[in-house]
Amino acid sequence: MNKILHKIYLFLILLFLYAPIATLVVLSFNASKTRAKWGGFTFKWYQALFQNEVILEAFYTTLLIALLSALFATIIGTIAAIAMNGMKKGSKAAFMAVTNIPMLNAEIVTGISLMLLFISFGMRFGFSTVLFAHITFNIPYVILSVLPRLKQMNPSTFEAALDLGASPVYAFFKVILPDIFPGIISGFLMAFTMSLDDFIITHFTKGPGLDTLSTKIYTELKKGIKPEMYSLSTLIFITVLILLLLVNKTPKDKKNKKGSLQEEIIL
Amino acid sequence: MKKVLFASIFTLLLASLTACGNNSSSENGEVIVYNWGEYIDPDVIGQFEEETGIKVIYDEFETNEIMYPKIEAGASDYDVVCPSDYMIQKMIENDLLAEINFDQMPNAVANIGTQYYEQSKSFDPENKYSVPYCWGTVGILYNKTMVTTEIDSWSDLWDESYADNILMQDSVRDSFMVALKLNGFSMNSTNPEELEIAKNSLIEQKPLVQAYVIDQVRDKMIGNEAALGVIYSGEAIFTQRENPDLEYVIPKEGTNIWIDSWVIPKEAKNKENAEKFIDFLCREDIALKNFEYITYSTPNNAAKELIEDAEIKNSPIAFPTLSDYSNLETFEYLGVDADELYNQLWKELKSE
Amino acid sequence: MNKKWLSFPYLLWAIGFIIIPLCMVFYYGFTDRDGVMTFENVVAIFSPEHRKALFLALLLSLISTILCIILAYPLSLILAKMGNGKNSFLVIIFILPMWMNFLLRTLAWQTLLEKNGVINSILTYLHLPSLTIINTPAAIILGMVYNFLPFMVLPIYNSLSKIDPNVMNAARDLGANGFQAFLKITLPLSMPGVISGITMVFVPALTTFVISTLLGGSKILLIGNVIEQEFTQASNWHLGSGLSVVLMIFIVISIVVSSLSDKDGEGAGF
Repeated sequence: MNKILHKIYLFLILLFLYAPIATLVVLSFNASKTRAKWGGFTFKWYQALFQNEVILEAFYTTLLIALLSALFATIIGTIAAIAMNGMKKGSKAAFMAVTNIPMLNAEIVTGISLMLLFISFGMRFGFSTVLFAHITFNIPYVILSVLPRLKQMNPSTFEAALDLGASPVYAFFKVILPDIFPGIISGFLMAFTMSLDDFIITHFTKGPGLDTLSTKIYTELKKGIKPEMYSLSTLIFITVLILLLLVNKTPKDKKNKKGSLQEEIIL
Repeated sequence: MKKVLFASIFTLLLASLTACGNNSSSENGEVIVYNWGEYIDPDVIGQFEEETGIKVIYDEFETNEIMYPKIEAGASDYDVVCPSDYMIQKMIENDLLAEINFDQMPNAVANIGTQYYEQSKSFDPENKYSVPYCWGTVGILYNKTMVTTEIDSWSDLWDESYADNILMQDSVRDSFMVALKLNGFSMNSTNPEELEIAKNSLIEQKPLVQAYVIDQVRDKMIGNEAALGVIYSGEAIFTQRENPDLEYVIPKEGTNIWIDSWVIPKEAKNKENAEKFIDFLCREDIALKNFEYITYSTPNNAAKELIEDAEIKNSPIAFPTLSDYSNLETFEYLGVDADELYNQLWKELKSE
Repeated sequence: MNKKWLSFPYLLWAIGFIIIPLCMVFYYGFTDRDGVMTFENVVAIFSPEHRKALFLALLLSLISTILCIILAYPLSLILAKMGNGKNSFLVIIFILPMWMNFLLRTLAWQTLLEKNGVINSILTYLHLPSLTIINTPAAIILGMVYNFLPFMVLPIYNSLSKIDPNVMNAARDLGANGFQAFLKITLPLSMPGVISGITMVFVPALTTFVISTLLGGSKILLIGNVIEQEFTQASNWHLGSGLSVVLMIFIVISIVVSSLSDKDGEGAGF
């Protein structure tokens, strides 16, 4: 009985979460150019998508920025987390407060403050300004997922390695890194996702000729979304879904290990 | 697992970096264009690049107000921009624009109707800074099957029988234009009393309004979501094609007749290419192509002659005979203080 | 272990891209167009329309946060109870929607909720009364809950799944019934997750302007809309910055609240 209730509850929440997604998927097959009218079933937007260089370019930029910003944020953030783990309470709290600022500040304030910064330093708006902005708001996600891992670690293993003659760098790669690796991966993926989905901060820091999917969609919002956008979203969604299903379908004996890794990935 | 992950990340990185590398500029330099969203036929850009060998870097903005600070800050070197009338005036006043060399632009001189240059004098008195690109009116789009009265006046937007069936423009000046015209004032009024009256009209109207939207008026009217909507004439043609029940009217109290024109910022690094670009857009076949794509009225008389569909060519929506209407005005830049007053009243309306 | 120097890269980054930009917002917030110092832009929050917009934003984000807790807590409990191999997949299912663009998802709600939208078409087909919440505060709340629910689910789920089952078993052995055990053990142990979920939902909901524009038909002015308008439409950056400074006060309050209830100072977040 309880189990059935649980299932029903899960189903309702899933319905709530996926209703808009289903709508977008359906719209991607809508022959009419406006979302207000159903004009019959078609695949033409999928064809059009692969000829639409503007959208493909925006998609490419989005991925590139997400990847680079997540990567840099992971490196800077992991190093910062290791440093913070060894700090005294006071300075650690100070660092934590600073880390919280971009996460908790209104996105619009972060975006505008970065825009003001770039303008006053006379930087040319473009790829690099967006990248800097994304790294900035991504670092906290990495720090927050690596820190708990570090805390669970036994500090004596690292010292033991040093005592046994390992260089600090070697000991780091052999002892610390494997232990905190799931946290690093989860931070990286979180950062990647946040970067992918960001609109407001990109909007204020981008320059001419540079568009991510989000900013492209925003300019289109006012004129009506191009149906190719729906088909691109559908393709992204299906790809991610298939990847997840594949990971989930791995053989039993490996599954436990992967299952736990996967869990770390998202949390 | 780890190794695979790292390997794939680095291949991706490497691939992306090499892709960045071949960003070579074309033989004849580049031109950076800043235009409204969906305001050009994408093929036209490709054609320009092909014919001239100039690489086009294309960027879009959503409103004049979003565009302005980017030009003012000079953080991005745009070469050619397409603002509206009042914004051009503001840019001229703040010394942000370069004079255009019309000697280099035979098409702009020959093809653009003189009446449009005449009209442009209200914001560009000597016709030195701007070349008209699109123009139009603002009016009411209504659904014939959903209205019971004759629609010919702004006051129809205050008719209670259309409660929750009215779409207004989500922009300060456009909404105040409607209310100011309704009350018989100039839409460039800076008189606080007149503006207060206009604001009160809008507050009175607010319960009847379904939503304040920008160009989504288009989708919503096509989908029969509302009976009446304030819309730009260029959108009207498109919506009628999709939904034949829709009709466009210019209200009898008069309206806004607007022009979007190409200008060249003072900081432009490729001024000559920018002029080539503008002149290219003034070529009759190109202007025709653009007109067919964006459906906003073209000031290009030569292109208008080429339109094959007589219905469009003689359409009172696309090419109204302006002398038939009274009280047509064009927006002017009203200065910082008036801008602040408008915004203040707008917020008061929205928070009501 | 002295690893102090390791903090330098981040320190430099934080100063350059977090602290300095923040100072610039403060500078703009406390000056007028001529660069003269003034408190006008901050005090402007007390003008009736700003006060109303702030109040409405606080109210709507508060309601959304509460709804998120109500929806997310049972969900996280169910997810945490389900078998281990399965639940990681299930949890992913809950953040998968985030890979569809945020603007498109919100726009899709417009298509669903409109007068002639998908939901109403289904309702009419079933001869049920139609639903008219588009362009009302209810639609904004729905949009907020929809967009920010994963931020509530993840931390709560995370803290729930960290609870050692032995503790629960011990409580049951000592005679506590299911409800008592939940009240005395599960709930308190999951509090850090709830707290961090609250900040993760409340703050973005408080400052949003996209959701209120798309689903509220621009008829409802939230403080985020005011600030956005000052920057993008009115070009009054000083007033926009001043109001942002005020908004930051509320954000600082939530930081303090969450750090008080999270003594280790590292957040139960992700």
